[in-house]
Amino acid sequence: MAESPSHAHDGHAHAGHGAHDGHGGHHEESWFVHYFWSTDHKMIAKQYLVTGMLMGVIGAYFAYVFRMQLAFPGKPVPGYGLVTGADYNALVTNHGAIMIFWVAMPVLIAAFGNYLIPLMIGCDDMVFPRINRLSYQIFAISAVLVVASFFVQGGAFGGAWTAYPPLSAKAEYSLTPAGSSLWLIAVALEFVAFLLGGINFVTTAMNSRAPGMKAFDIPIAVWMIVIASILFMASVGPLIAGALMLLFDQMIGTGFFDPDRGGDPILWQHLFWFFGHPEVYVVLLPAMGFVAEIITTFSRKKMFAYKTVLATTFATGLLSFFVWAHHQFIAGIDPRMANVFSVTTVLISVPIAEMCFVYIATLYGGSITFSVPMLWALAFIAEFLLGGVTGIYLGSSGADIYFHDTYFVVAHFHYTFFPIAIIGSFAGMTYWYPKMFGTFMNEAWNKLHFWVTIIGFNGIFLPLFITGASGDHRRIFDYTNFPELDTPELQSLRVLATVSLLVMLVIQPVFLINFFYSMFRGKKAGANPWKANTLEWQAASPPPHGNFPTLPEVYRGPYEFSVPGRDEDYWPQNSPN
Amino acid sequence: MDSALPGLRPTRSRVLIESEVVAMVIFVFTEVMLFAGFLSAYTIIGSGAPVWPPVGEPELPVGPTAVASLALILSGGAVMMSGRGATTRWLGVALGLAGVFVVWQVVEAVRLVQAGLTMVSSAHGGFFYTIVGAHAIHALVAMIVLSGCLWRQTRGGLSPGLFKAVRIFWYFVVGLWPVLYAAVYL
Ligand code: HEM
Ligand SMILES: [Cu+2]
Repeated sequence: MAESPSHAHDGHAHAGHGAHDGHGGHHEESWFVHYFWSTDHKMIAKQYLVTGMLMGVIGAYFAYVFRMQLAFPGKPVPGYGLVTGADYNALVTNHGAIMIFWVAMPVLIAAFGNYLIPLMIGCDDMVFPRINRLSYQIFAISAVLVVASFFVQGGAFGGAWTAYPPLSAKAEYSLTPAGSSLWLIAVALEFVAFLLGGINFVTTAMNSRAPGMKAFDIPIAVWMIVIASILFMASVGPLIAGALMLLFDQMIGTGFFDPDRGGDPILWQHLFWFFGHPEVYVVLLPAMGFVAEIITTFSRKKMFAYKTVLATTFATGLLSFFVWAHHQFIAGIDPRMANVFSVTTVLISVPIAEMCFVYIATLYGGSITFSVPMLWALAFIAEFLLGGVTGIYLGSSGADIYFHDTYFVVAHFHYTFFPIAIIGSFAGMTYWYPKMFGTFMNEAWNKLHFWVTIIGFNGIFLPLFITGASGDHRRIFDYTNFPELDTPELQSLRVLATVSLLVMLVIQPVFLINFFYSMFRGKKAGANPWKANTLEWQAASPPPHGNFPTLPEVYRGPYEFSVPGRDEDYWPQNSPN
Repeated sequence: MDSALPGLRPTRSRVLIESEVVAMVIFVFTEVMLFAGFLSAYTIIGSGAPVWPPVGEPELPVGPTAVASLALILSGGAVMMSGRGATTRWLGVALGLAGVFVVWQVVEAVRLVQAGLTMVSSAHGGFFYTIVGAHAIHALVAMIVLSGCLWRQTRGGLSPGLFKAVRIFWYFVVGLWPVLYAAVYL
């Protein structure tokens, strides 16, 4: 049948049900097809979510092992054993890589993007459901590969998540002949998966919106995921080029990054960070989007300066391509260039600060409910602010000569990444949980989990600002080898950080148990438990296959809360009056 | 069953640009950035070297490759014509011309390797084969997809949106080449 993509149809009844596309009625689906071969965007979202959470547990375990080594050097770590230098490097490297590429990206962008985009724009699925399924499958393979790299000869790659050559390029240096290549291949596959996903997100948001949903009626969360996808696709090309070159250096002995043969190791740093800096905004934006949805709902207020937020986001996205060399201030770049990049770097904190102010202005005068998602959202703003402010110190090229590669940098980026990847994910998960599973999580347990996590987090990284400023280099695995850093004061701060990590880790099972237990035993949530306006709340909880009984039409923007003259303080986007 | 891209969902709102085309444009954008990465790497290394290309390396066949490039460019024209009518014939012409280009690329590579320029002989050799090879692989994959379109067309099942997207990809392969040629050969 020659149904053109622009053909209008109502309901999902005749939306191309092939025997194989997983869209058949549930009664015909085998268990395998339902959970592993589905093209339903909600199932793919859950696959990404669960895989991301699993990888998060692995990444957290790595952090536990190397933090224990730092606090109690040379002592066997319970649940691991003695940590060698090579182990330490492999654990740190893969902790970073896993948290960014296999936790933040899949949970924030892939899981929530898949779940929310079709529901929030009022359609029944992604435009390319099979490409979507392929995206997850490639991602799953990449996750298996990166974990497998710990079990090959020579062990897992230990050249840091940034994989700078020459260390990463030659097996003589890295001592992980198989691990480095496996790692690189896993990262490359992960990029392919997100490329496929991103193409789907952008196309779907462009072409599948409910009738009546104009550009400025799109919820901020959708905008943010779409812009993040575009940023990702614009920046990933040069890194794939670099990754191929590095792979050739490793596997067939080319000399792209080898100065002896006319190559240049700094070249990798440019290719990596041209991607790497936009990448931090790729993960930041979705989290910002979730926070926008949550704070408007729980302060019953219209988003302050919706259009400004969008303009700011575009500006940030654009600017993020011109700051990358702030990672190379001491790599031997021309000081005049360093000045330029200092300026752009400090400039980019302006739009970010502005977004935080806009969010605070949204809260102002609202009737605020401190629900669990709201707590996470507010914590996001507070903690992220600290990350942004410390970035300004690092962005000043003079100060960075001192701070570079110290724990100050580690603390800086954890005050950005933790709010994004962990706080943002918890915010999103607790907010959309009733939609995803049709039940509520236990609120008391969630509040306990929130407070212990937040206190634990600050307990880890505040001390690290101090140790970093005191000179702790970030790539040392045993400080007893460095008498000037092996002081009781610094060591007690390291122990404090590790103990805080233990506290934070101990509370996580509470969330996990709550998460899975509540699916079956939680209090039933109706379609719209938070009384929100966006379209996903107008579908049943959990939304059935096809999402809406009849696909909605949109009459207004997403944040019409507390409109004077209405009985209710919210006004769903699809309600005609 | 249906002729659209397998599994493509029909969309409800009136769309300005077909979904396949949007998707392809985004993809091509990423590809452009990929080659921009290669080219800027090449430029950085080249401008940092005392002599570039290094002395003693075999000359690249600038002239014959220019002729082959002409074939590639003409194939772009043929693909453009195939979108307007007589699809089967024009696609055949395009595939023939593209074949000339790819075969020449292979012949050239074999000769250069015999003359001593290899991936590992120098950074220059590595760049040459990586950039030109990456383009040739794109051309090959695109030719396979074009052949698929040709096959579907003969059976009367080629969807216009998909075909448009494939044509865009071919324009990318063709349009990219002069840029690469200028950077690498000249
Ligand atoms: C407010 C704007 C920000 C500024 C001005 C800023 C500035 C900087 C600078 C100058 C560095 C380099 C420090 C060094 O290596 O010596 C750095 C490192 C880093 N930043 Fe930021 N940053 C900002 C926001 C972010 C965000 C939003 C994220 C994450 C989502 C982030 C993640 C990182 C990471 C991961 C590193 C360390 C990379 C590494 O060497 O492993 N930053 N930041
Ligand atoms: Cu940066």
